[in-house]
Amino acid sequence: MAILLDETTKVIVQGISGRIGQFHANDMIEYGTNVVGGVTPGKGGHSILDRPVFNTVKGAVKETGATASIVFVPPPFAADAIMEAADAGIKYCTCVTDGIPAQDMMRVKRFMRRYKAEDKMILTGPNCAGTISPGKAMMGIMPPHIYMPGRVGIVGRSGTLGYEAASQMKTLGIGVSTSVGIGGDPINGSSFMDILALFEEDPDTDAVMMIGEIGGPQEAQAAEFIRDHMKKPVVAYVAGLSAPKGRTMGHAGAIISAFGESAQEKVVILEEAGVTVAPTPSSMGVTMANLLNGSAEAA
Amino acid sequence: MDIHEYQAKEILARFGVPIPRGGLAYSPEQAAYRSHEIGGDKWVVKAQIHSGGRGEAGGVKVCGNDAEIRDYAATLFGKRMVTKQTDERGKLVGRVYVEEASSIAQELYLGFVLDRSSERIMVVASAEGGMEIEDLSENHPDAILRMLIDPATGFLDYQARELAFGLGFDAGQVAEATKIFRACYRAFRDYDATMVEINPLVVTNEGKLVALDAKMSFDDNAMFRRSEIAELRDMSQEDPVEAGAADRGLSYVSLDGNIGCMINGAGLAMATMDMIKLAGGMPANFLDIGGGASPERVLTAFRTVLADPKVEAILVNIFAGINRCDWVAEGVVQAFQKMQIDIPVIVRLSGTNVEEGRKIIDESGLSLITAETLAEAAEKSVAAIAGKKTA
Repeated sequence: MAILLDETTKVIVQGISGRIGQFHANDMIEYGTNVVGGVTPGKGGHSILDRPVFNTVKGAVKETGATASIVFVPPPFAADAIMEAADAGIKYCTCVTDGIPAQDMMRVKRFMRRYKAEDKMILTGPNCAGTISPGKAMMGIMPPHIYMPGRVGIVGRSGTLGYEAASQMKTLGIGVSTSVGIGGDPINGSSFMDILALFEEDPDTDAVMMIGEIGGPQEAQAAEFIRDHMKKPVVAYVAGLSAPKGRTMGHAGAIISAFGESAQEKVVILEEAGVTVAPTPSSMGVTMANLLNGSAEAA
Repeated sequence: MDIHEYQAKEILARFGVPIPRGGLAYSPEQAAYRSHEIGGDKWVVKAQIHSGGRGEAGGVKVCGNDAEIRDYAATLFGKRMVTKQTDERGKLVGRVYVEEASSIAQELYLGFVLDRSSERIMVVASAEGGMEIEDLSENHPDAILRMLIDPATGFLDYQARELAFGLGFDAGQVAEATKIFRACYRAFRDYDATMVEINPLVVTNEGKLVALDAKMSFDDNAMFRRSEIAELRDMSQEDPVEAGAADRGLSYVSLDGNIGCMINGAGLAMATMDMIKLAGGMPANFLDIGGGASPERVLTAFRTVLADPKVEAILVNIFAGINRCDWVAEGVVQAFQKMQIDIPVIVRLSGTNVEEGRKIIDESGLSLITAETLAEAAEKSVAAIAGKKTA
């Protein structure tokens, strides 16, 4: 296994007729992903990359039995595309689109609360690189060759920093079970905590690399979850230790901002929760290697 | 995107928020003229900049006659005003707002903001408004009321009433207060705001409620559907280099150091800056070239970084996924062809089409410094500047 995605997962591409959607759908197919079709309203009945195109996600699910979807739809229509996927019975959706209005994402999250837990679609992103289970399948825009198959999970906000972690690990001979991008937007589908919970349950994941950055409450929430609910070891890196304090107009943001939003505070909170924090972005791989070696010796 | 006080007031007034009568001026004479249009015998003259803390910075004054208005306004126009919320360069005053003075019996704080934790719009309010609101929230968090609004139902009547009674309004004022709260929420929702703030919301000596100051910020991602907001943009309030870069798909923020940075992805950009600092250097900027960057965009990125005279070396760090190393490499080569570049350029390419990219760099014959890893790139950048200084 892996989490969210493997070689058997039937994947559709929403926005497959667009330049970017088609380009990456092709990469996904070449990597071995089981792409069974695409959705572009008005292009139903056509065929792209030898895959059938449907007008609606419901139509695609009915004909292909797809359970996963990757969204490449432009920002004005992306939130609607995500909700369409959720309503069509898609189990896992990742949205690559960058630039979705925050209030649209607010509506998406509220919309998804209508489903019972067992029927609820898992959403990762938007504004993320997607998800890859190396050697099995990829739903995303990442360069797949930098990931070696293995037993460490990766979860991160930033796409390119996730690549950095994966390639450092590959250099050291450490492979990846699944790498999940949760995206850099203020409101996202899944938090660090949501994905950490999946890795904790995954028999093919031994440890997790978590890549956070300044801003938002999700790293602090994750720290609490790791402390209280995780047995598997976690290595973290938090980007932005040298970032200057942002200047925003008004007081409202400062009033609601909590402890734990600066990179320094996140490092402290994660370390207190028992997480091994990599001191530099170039030592993510080494820190993971030391941790794995240490635990092997201990065992 | 931020807008001016007078623009925020105009929007909020449309939704039913009471504001003092006022008028905008582009010159001291016009400011004095506005006072006659408004009437009365006392006016407040306010510098219009995209920042709070104007009062403490000397950007607000109560005036009693034409001469006073003219003289004060004359000191404001053309000035770069530095406040607690600006950087040390401050913001240029090009517009002045004149409004009738209001009597003040009580000052309250009212704010609406997007709360990342709950993923909802949060109302923040306090019976003790004014300039010290952030101190209050830190030292007396109980004095701040907070309320979350469910996007499916909107701001409910009972919530507005709870808030109004919680702030201590008497029964006669509650209807007016709830009208203001709901108006702010509707303005927030309908215009894709990220922040609406009335500080202070005042109770006058006559017991009336008036928004004495107002601020609004908007979601840049939603401007495609809010053209009426997008056209309120005032370029004079933005850093020209940063704004110019943003218009070309680059996310650029100027910093104090001397190593110019050109990176893809905000996370990797921050990590590279962290790495430069650890290697003993200082980044001159944050620059994310974004996804799918063409050689032209890379060229623009070079122009942007080189526009900063502090820059003594440039570090290009690309880990391409949706980007292509060959396109980036072509952009680097074009930059050398089209610009006079006589400082060290360190290039680290990785990811999609990396072989093609490195080939372009190798065959270009340019004296570029290449690096394999992030750490190596940062160290070579710092060393390049140190080497230049000793040479």
